Amino acid sequence: MPAFQALNRLSAHELAARIAAGRATATAAVRDCLERIEKTDRRLNAFVRVDREEALEEAGRIDRELAAGRNPGPLAGVPVALKDLFCVKGREVTCCSRILEGFISPYDATVARKLKDAGAVILGSTNMDEFAMGSSTENSARGPARNPWDLERVPGGSSGGSAAALAADQTVAAFGTDTGGSVRQPAAFCGVAGLKPTYGRVSRYGLVAYASSLDQAGPFGKDVEDLALLLEVIAGHDPRDATSAPEPVPRYRDFLQADPASLTLGLPSRDTLKGMDREVAAAFRAAVDTYAALGAKFVEVELSSLEYAVACYYIVSTAEASSNLARFDGIRYGRRAPGVADLLELFEKSRAEGFGEEVKRRVLLGTYVLSAGYYEAYYGRALRIRRLIKNDFDSALAGCDCVILPTAPIPAFRLGEKIDDPLQMYLTDLFTISINLAGVPAVSINCGFTGGGLPVGLQLVAAPFREDNLIRAAALFEGATAHHLKKPALDDR
Amino acid sequence: MSEFETVIGLEVHVQLKTRSKLFCDCPVDWGGEPNSRVCPVCLGLPGTLPVLNRKSVELGVRAALALNCRIAPFSQFHRKNYFYPDMAKNYQVSQYDLPLSADGFVEIPREEGSLRVGLARAHLEEDTGKLVHFAAEGFSGVDFNRSGVPLLEIVTRPDLRSPEDAYDYLKVLRNLLRTVEVSDCDMEKGSFRCDANVSLRLSGSEKLGVKTEVKNMNSFRAVERALSYEVSRQAELIRSGGAVVQETRLYDAASQKTFPMRSKEEAHDYRYFPDPDLVPTELDRVWIEEISAALPELPSAKAGRFQRDYELGFYDAGVLTSDPALAEYFETAARACANFKTLSNWITVELMARLKESDTPIESSPVPPEHVSELVGLIDRGVISGKIAKSVFALMCDERKPPSEIVRERGLVQISDESELEKVVEKVIGEHPGPAEDFASGKEKALGFLVGRVMKETRGQANPRLVNEIIRRRLSG
Amino acid sequence: MKDASKNQPLDPSGIEHVAGLARIRLTREEKEKLGAQLSDILGYMEKLKSAPADDLEQLSHILPLKNVTRPDEPSSPAGSEQYLRLAPEREGGFFKVPPVIEET
Ligand SMILES: [Mg+2]
Ligand SMILES: [Zn+2]
Repeated sequence: MPAFQALNRLSAHELAARIAAGRATATAAVRDCLERIEKTDRRLNAFVRVDREEALEEAGRIDRELAAGRNPGPLAGVPVALKDLFCVKGREVTCCSRILEGFISPYDATVARKLKDAGAVILGSTNMDEFAMGSSTENSARGPARNPWDLERVPGGSSGGSAAALAADQTVAAFGTDTGGSVRQPAAFCGVAGLKPTYGRVSRYGLVAYASSLDQAGPFGKDVEDLALLLEVIAGHDPRDATSAPEPVPRYRDFLQADPASLTLGLPSRDTLKGMDREVAAAFRAAVDTYAALGAKFVEVELSSLEYAVACYYIVSTAEASSNLARFDGIRYGRRAPGVADLLELFEKSRAEGFGEEVKRRVLLGTYVLSAGYYEAYYGRALRIRRLIKNDFDSALAGCDCVILPTAPIPAFRLGEKIDDPLQMYLTDLFTISINLAGVPAVSINCGFTGGGLPVGLQLVAAPFREDNLIRAAALFEGATAHHLKKPALDDR
Repeated sequence: MSEFETVIGLEVHVQLKTRSKLFCDCPVDWGGEPNSRVCPVCLGLPGTLPVLNRKSVELGVRAALALNCRIAPFSQFHRKNYFYPDMAKNYQVSQYDLPLSADGFVEIPREEGSLRVGLARAHLEEDTGKLVHFAAEGFSGVDFNRSGVPLLEIVTRPDLRSPEDAYDYLKVLRNLLRTVEVSDCDMEKGSFRCDANVSLRLSGSEKLGVKTEVKNMNSFRAVERALSYEVSRQAELIRSGGAVVQETRLYDAASQKTFPMRSKEEAHDYRYFPDPDLVPTELDRVWIEEISAALPELPSAKAGRFQRDYELGFYDAGVLTSDPALAEYFETAARACANFKTLSNWITVELMARLKESDTPIESSPVPPEHVSELVGLIDRGVISGKIAKSVFALMCDERKPPSEIVRERGLVQISDESELEKVVEKVIGEHPGPAEDFASGKEKALGFLVGRVMKETRGQANPRLVNEIIRRRLSG
Repeated sequence: MKDASKNQPLDPSGIEHVAGLARIRLTREEKEKLGAQLSDILGYMEKLKSAPADDLEQLSHILPLKNVTRPDEPSSPAGSEQYLRLAPEREGGFFKVPPVIEET
C-alpha cells in the first residue's frame, strides 16, 4: 500500500473536489483505477471491456482544461463505469449478448453525453445479465461476474458488474439500469449505494431497452452524497425521450443534512415482510431501530398488492421485451447466423444462436402473454394489477416521506444456486419490482452485514420526483452508521 | 351477374406532407441513394426512441375533418409485431384500438344523387423500408429511406358495390386530400397506395361472403381492372360450385389478372400492445378548432359555388373541381374573362385533352390560365373565329406565346370590314350562280355552302357572322 | 377469448408456435426444458386472478404525460456509410438479405 491513499478508493465527490482544487489529476485517478482493474478483474470479471487508451486520453484532455483554468464540469476527472447497455459513440455495446457482438454504437446515449459534458471519464463497460434479464449477472455471454465480498457468490444483477466494480474500488462511480431492481439489488449484494430514479427522471435515449415502461438508469455510489451528485448530472428532461418528464432538477446535494424529527417513515405490516432471511430481517429491524433512535416518526403502511408484484412484473416486462428484442435479427447490425438459406432461417437461427437461455425464456413468455387469445388473461390483467400496485404506493406515500423496506429478502447467493430454477430467482426480486411497476424512486444503502460478512441492503422508497426525500433519509442513516465505509478484503489473496 | 352483389372495401395509405419523418427528424424527400435518409431512430438501432412529429398529427386531423370523421379526444400508438426485413424494429408503430379518427364518410357526387361511402377509420402509422430484389444475383436489398415516413391509413366500410364505385371513390378521396393539402397523393411516388377487400354475396342477402384481399395495384385504372377481374373470378368460382378462399392476391398488370401470393402466409398474430415509448395524444377542442378554421373550401362546396357563381352545369363544375389545381387554374383564368361557359369548354375539352396526350399535370400546363382567358376574349370580340382559335390554341401550346401575339404574327385577325367582305361575296356569288339562286329561292342549306366558299377565299379570316349577314342581305334583297 | 386456465399452451406444439412467432428456433431439449419452466411460471401467474383489480383501468403509462411532440424540422442526413458499416452483410448501399420471394 502506497503512503498516500490511492485515488480509486475515494468517493466521487471527494475525488472531484481534489481534482478541482489541483490536489490530484484526472490522469492519476484513471491510472489508479486501471491498475486496480488489472489487479482484481481476473477474479471479479466485473468489466467486459476496458477502454484504457480512450480513458487516459480523455483524462489528459481534462487535466489540460483544468490547467488552462477552465471548468470541465462537476465530475471533472472522475472515472466512471457504465453497464454494457449504455450507447457510447465509437464504442462496442453488446448487452453481454452474442447477438450484439461487434456492434459499435454510432451515437451517444443522453446519459453518456451528460456524463461526458460533466467531465466524467468513461473507463469501460461492465458485466451484466444479457439484455438486463437476470438477478445475478450469471446470464452473461461474457461469463459471470463475482461478488467482491465472497468470490463464490453472485454480485446480484442485472447491473452486477457495475456494483462489483464499485465495491472493489475498480472505479469511483458506476451506472446501471433498474427495470425490476437491477441497480438496487446488486447495490445491496455488494454493499454500495444505488438509486433508481422516478420513471421519467432520467432519459432512456441510448440505453438498450429491456422493458420500456419500467427501465430507468441509476447511479451507484460509495456514499449518499455521490448518489446526489451523480443524479444531478444525469437527470432532466430530454427531447429525444417522449417519456422523460419536463420536471426541473433540484440540487440534490442540498438535502444531505436533514432534521431527523422531520422525517416520517412508512413501515409495511409484518405480513408484507414475511419470508425474509433471518439475518436480513435482523439487519432490517436494526435499521428501523436506528431511525427510531434518531427521532424519526413511523407510520404503518399497507402494501398488500406486493403479493402480485412478481407475477405482474414478469408479464409486463417480458411482453415489452419480446417486442423490444425483435429488432435483433442479424440484418442491420450485430451477429448473423452463418450460411442461412432463406429469410426464416436468417431470423430463427440468428436469434437462436445469438440469445442466451434466459433471454429466450423471457422473449417466449412475453410473446405468449401477448398472443391471440391470451392478451386479456395475462397482459390486460397485469396492467390492471399495475394500477392496483400504483394506487397502493400512492396511498402509502401520501402519509410519509419514505417507505422503508429491505432491498432483497436474502443476501448474495452462491453462483449456480438458482440458475436452474428461474421462478425462485424471480421471487428474490419481490421487494424491488413493485417500485418499478409503481414508477416511484427508491434507493438502496448498506445497513449491515450477515454473520458471514455479506452486506445487507436497506431500501427507501419515495413519491414520484421526491428523490430529495430519498437523499434526506439515506444521508441521515449513513451519518449515524459506518457500514458504508467497510471495504471487501479483496487484496488479501 | 345480377344474382350476386359485389361488396368492396378499400384501404388507402397516403403519405402525409411533412418535411421530416413521423418519429425522427430525417427528411422525407423522394428518390435518392438507398439508405441516404436514415438515422439511428428509423434504423431501429438499439436504445433509440421515437418522438412524434406534431405536424403529422395536425395533417391527420385536417384529413379526418375533410373526411367527416369523428376526431378521437384520446389516441394512442400501438406496436404491431411481426418480422419482416423491411421493418427496422420488427414491429410497426400504428394506431390500433385508439385511432386518431373514426366513423367518417365520403360523398361521390352523381347527378342522380350522391353516393355515400362510409369510413371506418383514419389513423396514423409509420411506413416501412423498401425491399429491392436482385433476382439474378440471388439476394434482396433493404433500403430504409421510407422507414418511418408518416402515413394516414383510411379504411372504408364495405360500402362500394362495383369496381366503378371504387374508381370514383379513389378519385374523390384523392381530390379531397389534395385540396386540404395533406398529401400529394402521387401513386407513382408511392404517396397513395390502395389495397382492396372483395367479396360477393347473393343479391338480397345481408351476410358477407368470403373475401379476398387484392394488393399490388399501382394506378386507379389498375384498381378498377383488378377488381373487375376479381369479381368475375369469384362469380365463376361460385357458379361452378367452388368456394372462395380467404387469401391475399396480387394483381399482375400485364395479364390484368390476380394471383394468390406465393409466400407462405401464417395466421396473423400481431400481438398489438400500447407502445410504452409514446405517450397518448389528447386533442382538445381548441386545437381541433384551430385546424378546422384553417381548412380550405372542400370540393363539394366548391362545385356548388362554381355552378352558382360561374353559371356552369353540374358536369362542368364537377370536372373543374375534381382536382384542386384544375379548379385554381379555372378561377385564375375566370378573373380575366367574362364568358365562363366558353372558358370552361376550352379548359375541360381542349386543354385537358392536350395535357392528357402528353401526360402533363395541370400544374405544368404549357398554357398559363391568363392566355386561355385572352383567347376566349379574342373570340368573343370577333377578332378571331372559333375555327381559327383552335389553330391558335395549338400554337399556344407549342410556342408558349399569348394568343394575341400569335394572331398578330401570323395575320390571323378576322376580316370584319364590310366593304372588303362585300367584294368577296360578290366574287363568290358570281362564281357559283347555282347555289346563289337556290338560296334566293328559299333553300337555306345553300347558305352554308356560300359562307364556306367565302371563308375559304379569305383563308378562314372572314368574320362568319358578318359574311352570313351580307349574303342574306344581298340575295334576299 | 380463450380461458387461459383451461389451456395447456406450452406443451411441445404450444412452445413451438410461440417460438415461431418470436422467430427463435429451439432444439428439442430446449423445447422440453423451456416448456416445463414456462408452464411453471404461468402456473404462478394464476395468482393474479384473485387480485382485486377487476374494476381498475389498465395502466400502460405510469406518467400522466400527453401530446409530447417535436416540430417538423428535418435534419441533414449524416450519410449511409456509418450505418451500413454495422451490417453483418451489405451490398453497395443496401442491407443484404437472402432473396425474398413475394411475387405470384
Ligand atoms: Mg396499415
Ligand atoms: Zn431517421
